[in-house]
Amino acid sequence: MTEETPKKLVELKDLQLYFNKGKANEVRAIDHVTFDIYEGEIFGLVGESGSGKTTIGRTILKLHEPTAGEILFNGEDVTHLKGKALLEFRKNAQMIFQDPQASLNGRMKVRDIIAEGIDINKLAKDRTDRDNKVQQLLKLVGLNEDHATRYPHEFSGGQRQRIGIARALAVDPKFIIADEPISALDVSIQAQVVNLMKDLQKRHSLTYLFIAHDLSMVKYISDRIGVMHWGKLLEIGTADAVYNHPLHPYTKSLLSAIPVPDPEVESLRQHVEYDTTVETDGKERHMVEANPGHFVLATDEEVALYKLQQNK
Amino acid sequence: MSNPILKVENLHVNFNTYAGTVQAIRDVSFDLNKGETLAIVGESGSGKSVTTKTLMGLNAKNALIPDNSRLIFKDRNLLDLKEEEWQSVRGNEIAMIFQDPMTSLDPTMRIGMQIAEPLMKHRKMKKVAALARALELMKGVGIPNAEEHINDYPHQWSGGMRQRAVIAIALAVDPEILIADEPTTALDVTIQAQILKLMKELQKDTGSSIIFITHDLGVVAGMANRVAVMYAGKIVEYGTVDEIFFNPQHPYTWGLLNSMPTTDTKVGSLVAIPGTPPDLLDPPTGDAFASRNEYALAIDLKEEPPFFRVSDTHYAATWLLDERAPKVTPPVQIQRRWERWREIQGQEAQS
Repeated sequence: MTEETPKKLVELKDLQLYFNKGKANEVRAIDHVTFDIYEGEIFGLVGESGSGKTTIGRTILKLHEPTAGEILFNGEDVTHLKGKALLEFRKNAQMIFQDPQASLNGRMKVRDIIAEGIDINKLAKDRTDRDNKVQQLLKLVGLNEDHATRYPHEFSGGQRQRIGIARALAVDPKFIIADEPISALDVSIQAQVVNLMKDLQKRHSLTYLFIAHDLSMVKYISDRIGVMHWGKLLEIGTADAVYNHPLHPYTKSLLSAIPVPDPEVESLRQHVEYDTTVETDGKERHMVEANPGHFVLATDEEVALYKLQQNK
Repeated sequence: MSNPILKVENLHVNFNTYAGTVQAIRDVSFDLNKGETLAIVGESGSGKSVTTKTLMGLNAKNALIPDNSRLIFKDRNLLDLKEEEWQSVRGNEIAMIFQDPMTSLDPTMRIGMQIAEPLMKHRKMKKVAALARALELMKGVGIPNAEEHINDYPHQWSGGMRQRAVIAIALAVDPEILIADEPTTALDVTIQAQILKLMKELQKDTGSSIIFITHDLGVVAGMANRVAVMYAGKIVEYGTVDEIFFNPQHPYTWGLLNSMPTTDTKVGSLVAIPGTPPDLLDPPTGDAFASRNEYALAIDLKEEPPFFRVSDTHYAATWLLDERAPKVTPPVQIQRRWERWREIQGQEAQS
């Protein structure tokens, strides 16, 4: 490991977001979560519905106000930004949404949808410059120039998601949060969009936070992966480490549940049930680096046990 | 060996819309054998859901089904049934599990009553007896402390538990055919694993036949005995689950298998199918998949391919199987699957 440590682009420090704090129905949507996203990487966040993965993405973009903790972007504290500074931050951090039907304004032409960020941030000199920028973006995501004058309903789901990607790229961001960007799409179209995102990442040196519940797609696209459950981050590591040498019992259970498109493998696959006591027994747990770069939320005894199981 | 309980012959379904006639199902034929699980795989718009709605007599009013289409179930053509006759078939002999347990349960009705309802309607059971049976069914689908929850409303339950209730309703009257339309798509993977396991166990006990509609090939590999792949309103390939996964012949099946990553798919090897499915208002002449197919032949644009026999159980509608067609080399991942097929065949020949 002589590689120089990559630069941290996003840092979450002990982030907490509690809804209805202090009341009987308090929900700990984000419960003491700490992790970094390095510049130029794709960080995958997986977990079941209700695990808090979407809430983390939205909190980074300041669509939720965190209860406590810090968010650093490019070394600067962005936790409590307002006004102009927030506008500037959101130029660097953009989002691709899950539902390409609901996230595009049906009354706006594609050109205006894509150019909205350009207008807000005054990135175009004049009308021709604006149109040129839109044309370039359309080409970039694999759409035609004449698509600019159409409305969202004239497009298929996959094409609409391309429009959403073009809109996110319009302000030339460094960081993109993709919240389940493909789960509303057909299988054959999913691969198109994922390949496009991967291609754009390379060409524009983007950093992604890729949020999804489709574990095989996350494994395919991500460099590193974080596993969430009930608002807590349970395990972080490289995609290979988390998938092939998981430590936390929840990760193991989750992985054992993925159906594999291979009848022979499927006939042998056994789903391992998850015993939640490792989260609910009230013991003090913290993130432990079990192997270089591979962290797990556990007590010291548990880490020793997990490592023993891993080496078997 | 085969003992079809249902025969679908030359099914066409058209929908009249303001834009024109949508040819949603274009000549689909298949058999469903007793006790088997047949998976129908395809993208949205391929006609898989319209096929099942037709089997349940649930198509919209603007659906047109020509007279030569036949659905033979117990020596009668279901398409000739009147609405009153349908009511004794639907939910009784043929039952359905829908995709979204949120919308397929009645939010204003207690769950126990929803399970008891088909028993009272089709089996003429009294309310008390039906509720007692509903409780047994709830236990059968793995609802913990069923006694305490029989009077709950759907909103009090999680998605996975609700889907168990939907399954209990479908199984209440021991249907001969169970149609499951994307039954686990709305659920988390760990819940999906539980529900699929439950469906398998219940099928073993009841011996019912299942038509399983899904786009998830992983689920197909674990659940199905036979698979039919649909594209643009047609079946393009069908065979046993091993034949479809290890010896696929249609380029669309190749594309589907390649566009799903497995957890060991290497970076850069995910191959997307280019383009989008055709518009069924005006289906293309020839092979509907031709414009997205890098293996398309000149004839694909002119003439629709018939089914070519691969084995007694395996057929594919692609001109590549014609003896005059040039030999093509399929994508690497498919070649690997073919190698596995030869190994399996070798093992079977030895034993």
